[in-house]
Amino acid sequence: MPQRFQEGDFVRVRDDYPIGHIRTPVYIRGKAGVVVKDFGAFGNPETLAYCLPTEKRELYKVRFWQQMVWPAYKGGPRDTVDLDIYEHWLEKAE
Amino acid sequence: MRTHEHHHHDHDHHHDHDHHSPPQPDDKVHSYYQILGTAVKELLIEKGVVTADEVRRMVERRDSITPANGAKVVARAWMDPEYRARLLKDANAAVKEFGIEMPTTHLVAVENTENLHNVVVCTLCSCYPRDLLGLPPSWYKSKAYRARVVSEPRAVLAEFGTQLADNVEVRVHDSTADMRYLVVPRRPGGTDGMSEDALAAIITRDTMIGVAVVEPMRN
Repeated sequence: MPQRFQEGDFVRVRDDYPIGHIRTPVYIRGKAGVVVKDFGAFGNPETLAYCLPTEKRELYKVRFWQQMVWPAYKGGPRDTVDLDIYEHWLEKAE
Repeated sequence: MRTHEHHHHDHDHHHDHDHHSPPQPDDKVHSYYQILGTAVKELLIEKGVVTADEVRRMVERRDSITPANGAKVVARAWMDPEYRARLLKDANAAVKEFGIEMPTTHLVAVENTENLHNVVVCTLCSCYPRDLLGLPPSWYKSKAYRARVVSEPRAVLAEFGTQLADNVEVRVHDSTADMRYLVVPRRPGGTDGMSEDALAAIITRDTMIGVAVVEPMRN
């Protein structure tokens, strides 16, 4: 499967709320960040959790700026939160 | 009749307490998930998937791991710049040099610097680098820590006694997927000339989760 994103790409997390075993926390959905690492391909937890046949999905470390995640964030403008997000939860962002 | 049954019950099961004493700690009510866990374990044993002894041995092994494992790794990284580079590049391979095998878990070491402080959480459950730090403390699994450290990390760190300057970037790592995170704390002042073992002794669990810093040595 071709890698969809590269380190340095700006991405947005899908603002989507399907039912199931989702490893993308609700607080980060719809937020924009930057890809800082490509970890390679891992089994998709959304099917693995139900012992269903699974496909590999590229897993990325994505960095978000806290002031963009939490509007009332108290702390420096440089503070960040990193999450590990599977490719199908990410879209290109400007 | 009822009195008789009650008496009979007591007798058959050799209860070593009478029913007038206060409840004992092991009489606590089990939660839905504790009962579910026990039921699944018993089914797996009944069906011969695992044996009771295998389960016991795994629990015993898990319980025996302490943060001393992580401390050895961090102390080596402080002492040996080449080891530090290997640890930051491929932590699984680097901890294997200490005989710590993590075949199904991907370990990532993140290093604190003068300008960056890392702290680890799992907001979805309680993912934790157990092979290096043992079982997670109860606060790590609490909803309060998981919700708050990601949204107000500086306030949570302050409650742990860790005050960070405004110009230090606080970076929260939310272990949402296959990676487990180990914080490599900063080596404090006053530790020149200390042996690797002596350094390992001052590196604590909380400093490798990132809620604390290693205190400078005072002579």
